[in-house]
Amino acid sequence: MTKISLGKGINLGLRRAMENDPKVLVMGEDIGKLGGVFRVTDGLQKDFGEDRVIDTPLAESGIVGTAVGLALRGYRPVCEIQFDGFVFPAYDQIINQVAKMHFRSMGKLRMPIVIRIPFGGGIGAVEHHSESPEALFAHVAGLKVVSCGDPVDAYWMIQQAIASDDPVIFFEPKRRYHEKAELDETAETAPAPLHQAAVRREGTDATLFCYGPMVKTCLQAAEAALEDGHSLEVVDLRTISPLDLPTIFASVKKTRRAVVVHEAPLSLGPAAELAARVTEECFYHLEAPVLRVAGFDTPYPPSRVEEEYLPDLDRVLDGVDKVMGY
Amino acid sequence: MTETVTSGGPPDQNPAESTTPGLAPETFAPAQAPSPEQPSEEVEFVQLLTPEGERVEHPDYSFDLDDDAIKGFYRDMVMVRRIDTEATALQRQGELGIWASLLGQEAAQIGSGRALNERDMVFPTYREHGVAWCQGVDPLNLLGLFRGVDQGAWDPRDNNFHLYTIVIGAQTLHATGYAMGQQRDGVIGDPENGEATIAYFGDGASSQGDVNEAFIYASVFNAPVVFFCQNNQWAISEPIDRQTRIPLYQRAAGFGFPGVRVDGNDVLATYAVTQAALRRAREGSGPTLVEAYTYRMGAHTTSDDPTKYRLTEELEHWKLKDPIERVKAYLIRTGASDNDFFDSVEQEADGIAANLRQGCLSMPDPELTEMFDRVYVEQTPQLVQQKQEFAAYAASFSVGAEGSH
Repeated sequence: MTKISLGKGINLGLRRAMENDPKVLVMGEDIGKLGGVFRVTDGLQKDFGEDRVIDTPLAESGIVGTAVGLALRGYRPVCEIQFDGFVFPAYDQIINQVAKMHFRSMGKLRMPIVIRIPFGGGIGAVEHHSESPEALFAHVAGLKVVSCGDPVDAYWMIQQAIASDDPVIFFEPKRRYHEKAELDETAETAPAPLHQAAVRREGTDATLFCYGPMVKTCLQAAEAALEDGHSLEVVDLRTISPLDLPTIFASVKKTRRAVVVHEAPLSLGPAAELAARVTEECFYHLEAPVLRVAGFDTPYPPSRVEEEYLPDLDRVLDGVDKVMGY
Repeated sequence: MTETVTSGGPPDQNPAESTTPGLAPETFAPAQAPSPEQPSEEVEFVQLLTPEGERVEHPDYSFDLDDDAIKGFYRDMVMVRRIDTEATALQRQGELGIWASLLGQEAAQIGSGRALNERDMVFPTYREHGVAWCQGVDPLNLLGLFRGVDQGAWDPRDNNFHLYTIVIGAQTLHATGYAMGQQRDGVIGDPENGEATIAYFGDGASSQGDVNEAFIYASVFNAPVVFFCQNNQWAISEPIDRQTRIPLYQRAAGFGFPGVRVDGNDVLATYAVTQAALRRAREGSGPTLVEAYTYRMGAHTTSDDPTKYRLTEELEHWKLKDPIERVKAYLIRTGASDNDFFDSVEQEADGIAANLRQGCLSMPDPELTEMFDRVYVEQTPQLVQQKQEFAAYAASFSVGAEGSH
């Protein structure tokens, strides 16, 4: 076992994927010599060369657009978008080209592309560096959207995303890059499929659904809720599109109450889809409506007030109090 | 290949910009760009066959094939014009939702398409019916998109001809990435047997960010890609002077690779210039921008009405430069072809058009239930459920269905 950070987990996962498949390429801004602004690709160019770890011009549509061509040529590009707010110049390529290619080619063409996006707030950054745009991708047919919440998942999920023949938007919780955990690097297989949620903590009174940076927050909230006498289950969704509905339904049918937590703005966010699905499938099991604890429907605020904007332990517990009050 | 830059110098300064600082100009009228009607007087281009059908020489480019090849080009151009005419008629009769005509651009497409080797890869817009013909794509397959039965029915890997791309300019980045893949596959280095990629786009697309990013990526990575711009003077209703103040091919210099303007209505010159650019790419010398100077003789699409924004006399001017007529004049002038040849080509074209019509009318509508399976390689449970629910819903309408609507 080795103690690694979440960022190191992605780094090791990328390295292993590149060792196993010579068609895997990594491309993005500053990812070569520098190793990325978060050092996630540290050392890869030194070991795999400039043809496989490509420092691109500073143009995001170009990164994704050329990745489409490389994928058509048989490569498996892993694109790094430097920050969440910088992905939008590539939005046309992602939405109109990457997502639809398999469909419009009547299944003949595949787009095995991973687009890595460090996302979310809490690092005191300037604007456009703290956003949570996952709903904007999860709404698009043809894309799959996942987020890792801990270092072990980071290591395995990036490899699974690269192995996927469908395009995957891979959201990395940037404020958790330095969280640490033990990784068994000798393991041969991933602990779970890519599109499967994980019950991180068993509980009986209500379920907290979360992903990415909110997994740690929800685990802390569940611990604190014990003082109030509440036993909370925590489900790390891991996959936002498609949602792992069987795991979600099983947990709700057990606890009969659900709170969905994400940093992304409240309205029309991933929590809304989850709430609708739970209502359709678990209506007679519910003791309370599905509640949401989320970012507000404002642009991401200046960082001096971001701690109030972001769901934290207290706001999650406030949501729990409400759902227990029915 | 020699870089061909034969511009007449920088454009006149915009009078609005020379206004005394602090005094607002009265209008922001665009600069007076060179008139599209008189290109050859403004900027020279590579021409090997005049509109009158006379062979001329160019210091940097020569056409090295025989008259049989020219007859082949003639046949190609007549076929694709006939296919285009038939498709337009099918649209007018309600059999296609829309059609994007290539009328007037036959030489640009056949000349460049015939310069490709069997390993070169093509990334088209939605108007490259002539290049599709050169790559062996069944013309009937082109109609599916416009009839609304599919979004591209050919396999791009069989014909080295990618699917049509509607969003303007997006395919130039795909071409550049594909060419970067060719580099990594080690198939570059031989001007004849190596591989290159060609990206088609138009004068309107030259304003797109993606096209400019493609130029930058191709340049800094020295990718084996030819950027083939058909400047047909019009982006729907917007004339070329709304896209650029300098001849488009001159932009290449700013990106660090050669640009050349060719008479896009001259199939011989287009062939020679494209072949030189492809050889340059295949040998590893990097990208080239080819600006094929041509004219969209029809509407943008069948939904467009060009009488609202351009003069008939402009069209009449360009009719004198027709890409097919000049080859016919050459073949007659030199005695390379007789009437039997021209008659047989017409007959063949009519046969292809009849088959195309027949095939179009018998194209089956797609099944919506098939669509659910093509979204992902690995189907999601959500889509499986939606497909089942839709199938059950649809079946409830069938005669004899229990509890039918």
